[in-house]
Amino acid sequence: MRLELAGVTKRFGSLVANDHVDLTVEPGQVHCLLGENGAGKSTLMNVLFGMLRPDEGDVLLDGEVFRPADPGEAVRRGIGMVHQHFMLVPVFSVAENVVLGFEPTHRLGVLDRRRARAEIRKLSTEFGLEVDPDATVESLPVGVQQRVEILKALHRDAQVLILDEPTAVLTPQEIDALFAIVRSLAASGRSVLFITHKLKEVLAVADQITVMRLGKVVGTTTPRESDENALASMMVGRAVELVVHKEPARPGPAVLRVRNLTVADERGALAVHGVDLEVHAGEIVALAGVQGNGQTEIVEALTGLRSVVSGSIELDGVDVTGSSPHEMLRAGIGHVPEDRQRDGLVLPMSIEDNLVLDIYERQPFARFGSRDLGAVHANALEKLQAFDIRATSVEVPVKTLSGGNQQKVVVARELSRGVKLLVASQPTRGLDVGSIEYVHRRVVEERDKGVAVLIVSSELDEVLALGDRVAVMFRGKIVGIADPSVDRETIGLMMAGSGPRADEPIGVAAGAGAPRAGQPER
Amino acid sequence: MSEPGSPRRQPRPLIVPFRRLAQANVAVVTGLSVVSALVLGAVLIVVTTPSVLHVLGHIGSHPGRALGLTGASVGDAYWAMFSGAIVSPSALGHVLSTGHGWVTLFTPLSETLVAATPLVLAGLGVAIGFSTGVFNIGAQGQLIAGALAALYVGFEVKLPIGIHAPLVVLAGAAGGAAAGFVPGILKARTGAHEVITTIMFNYVMLNLLDYLLSVSPFQQPGQSNAISRTMPATARLPHLFGSGLRVNAGLLVALALVAGATWFTRRSTLGFSFRVIGLNPNAGKTAGIDARRVTVLVLTLSGALAGLAGTASLAGTDFFLSSGYGGNIGFDAITVALLGRNRPTGVLFAGLLFAALDVGGRNMQAVTGIPLDLASVSQALIVMFVATPVLVREIFRLRGSAAASLQLSTGGWGG
Repeated sequence: MRLELAGVTKRFGSLVANDHVDLTVEPGQVHCLLGENGAGKSTLMNVLFGMLRPDEGDVLLDGEVFRPADPGEAVRRGIGMVHQHFMLVPVFSVAENVVLGFEPTHRLGVLDRRRARAEIRKLSTEFGLEVDPDATVESLPVGVQQRVEILKALHRDAQVLILDEPTAVLTPQEIDALFAIVRSLAASGRSVLFITHKLKEVLAVADQITVMRLGKVVGTTTPRESDENALASMMVGRAVELVVHKEPARPGPAVLRVRNLTVADERGALAVHGVDLEVHAGEIVALAGVQGNGQTEIVEALTGLRSVVSGSIELDGVDVTGSSPHEMLRAGIGHVPEDRQRDGLVLPMSIEDNLVLDIYERQPFARFGSRDLGAVHANALEKLQAFDIRATSVEVPVKTLSGGNQQKVVVARELSRGVKLLVASQPTRGLDVGSIEYVHRRVVEERDKGVAVLIVSSELDEVLALGDRVAVMFRGKIVGIADPSVDRETIGLMMAGSGPRADEPIGVAAGAGAPRAGQPER
Repeated sequence: MSEPGSPRRQPRPLIVPFRRLAQANVAVVTGLSVVSALVLGAVLIVVTTPSVLHVLGHIGSHPGRALGLTGASVGDAYWAMFSGAIVSPSALGHVLSTGHGWVTLFTPLSETLVAATPLVLAGLGVAIGFSTGVFNIGAQGQLIAGALAALYVGFEVKLPIGIHAPLVVLAGAAGGAAAGFVPGILKARTGAHEVITTIMFNYVMLNLLDYLLSVSPFQQPGQSNAISRTMPATARLPHLFGSGLRVNAGLLVALALVAGATWFTRRSTLGFSFRVIGLNPNAGKTAGIDARRVTVLVLTLSGALAGLAGTASLAGTDFFLSSGYGGNIGFDAITVALLGRNRPTGVLFAGLLFAALDVGGRNMQAVTGIPLDLASVSQALIVMFVATPVLVREIFRLRGSAAASLQLSTGGWGG
């Protein structure tokens, strides 16, 4: 089916989220929609899927105007969507999830499981989507869960498939497998709209590329006519630096010493299992791994937010195991949390208050329990300047800032305390290319000042660009420590667990560290 | 992805002068809510007064008389309410012509201030909880606990005037604090939700009060009724303007605490940590703020303020306790906190408004026979209008900006 957008415009008040967007996805084609966060990709997708009505312009299916009233209608007309966050019922089987809402039934409405299974097997073999129809969704790895989502769309006879940031949670190998599936979908004559902000993926999978910036289509190209640098500058609107410039590290003594650390998750299952790790002054250790393999729990243990089951944490030779978050911060740990809006900022509060969120009771910001708002204000003005935070005033709520500027607020605050160890989780997630550049530069500067830095990232590019050493986690263990010059393939394999010791199951619940459907991503 | 939320419908501003007002501040919406509630109250007066309904039935034949009587009926009611709560023009005339009758002139205002005192105190307590994400529904029980402690210190301790009353006030605060501390520590230690524990604590305190009122040393000697002993003169809060007007030093305590609470929320480090935990407990914990400690402190402080509310009534106007002491003050405090948007000065004005409606309502009932319930309904309607700013915005065709930010802040019921 041919999908065409003609002059689609969507406004929210004074903000134009989509400004006369034209885009055509031909049958049998993989069309990549590339753009930064906030470029209007999500809005466009919601228009296509009947969740928003365009103010102007039309969506055409095979030349016929299509105005879905709701997602149900979009599905009936052959549009399938694979969301970034899966819409699966974790405790149902694959087959049950796939047929949900469109169940084949016997008379009297009884679910015809055999037919459901048969239908899924047929689709699986046709498109190389290997999956066991009887497996419970929550027991499957994320990559396979995604296949279930794709199967779901195909089962509903989708002719146009929209994939929203489908690679965010996948290992490099899973990404390759996904690309193969995407190509086979296109080969069957279906149209695929692949939404992403990752340049490498676009070049690897696309037939056609449309780049969006600030709600507008800024260009159309093909992988053959373009390269990463060209795409990046199109997406950002200026030339950008894609590599991090840094001198070789000159590591000093060990600042952080983690010994045989074991940490449990909320359900009591062991999420981190006997981890040893050292971070030296003046080096960046990047903790790589697919999300949900214990990285979050390690960071929470290091910052005192999660209690330690066994093992020890030493900071500058002092045992700080079991300290409270307050004590950890005092001991000299700077923490840039994974989810800045959830854990790093108080969104309705002003920028100036957020800049002292963990030092509000210290001099000069307070004295005898009374806050010195003048000092808080002065500090904010200084940080705004020093960290290039773009804001109209330091008194506005921090939620009015863009994601990149919000992250700069967090980074500015954490670096202003004179830390010995900086722990930064997913420090550039959801940021625009310009802010990524900036945050990376500041992290390297801290390293050069002699701070020990631990970066946790699920972006392989970031891990390889920033890390002086790369530790790879899989199922709660560090499966290996590599030099960043090692090739992507090797690290990818380690992330997938094929390094040493990777096959040992851990924890009390089977696959405790593996992410599951229906569970928040952190 | 951070695209903006759902599109907002922009109502066309038909009443032009409101456009600029609307962008000014949230007080406008609150004021308009009061107006709306009074208008609805007028409708209620009309449909519940048989004589008015009767003439309205013949509006076709005697339109002038029907409308005149309707207007008079509504006007009389609200006039009685006003003169009962603020100032009575006839008393003013009397003072102007004779130079006497000052006490009568100021009695309505004095009564409103007396009624407002416990509402403001307990309202501050509830508001401090709400703005920290803690839902203290137990002001009722904490008020009783405070009053009991104050009473005990009142009749059991012999001290000279000038020392005794302040000690009674402190005892009241301590009693309320103790009653707030228990749900606080339960939540911090075991995670028991404070909504449940504080509500249950209300029953505990109500029944404890009933029990104590029937035994020594609280029961009035020689009485078989459930009535407490009386506060001695040294333990009473002094009147501010002579013995003719009941307004007393409790009002000063309330005003001082409004000022104190304003400083606390804006300038103190503890208040800052309360706000952080209230707005985003996760970020608070990550920043090293001990959320459990905050929970215990908030409930203790909230209880202390409710305890002071009970003490102000006891030592200021009532001087003894009886079964069900405090009436609805503990629950009205919740509404006052909501209406005051959890801000100390907001609570002050909301408490004054509620007290005026209540005191004025009583006068309305006495003068016109319209039941006091109308005042209660008006109070409820005001809060409902404030809670649904969209409705007020539609009625008065306000621009979105002012009203949109006016959501009552009670997020986080899940705890």
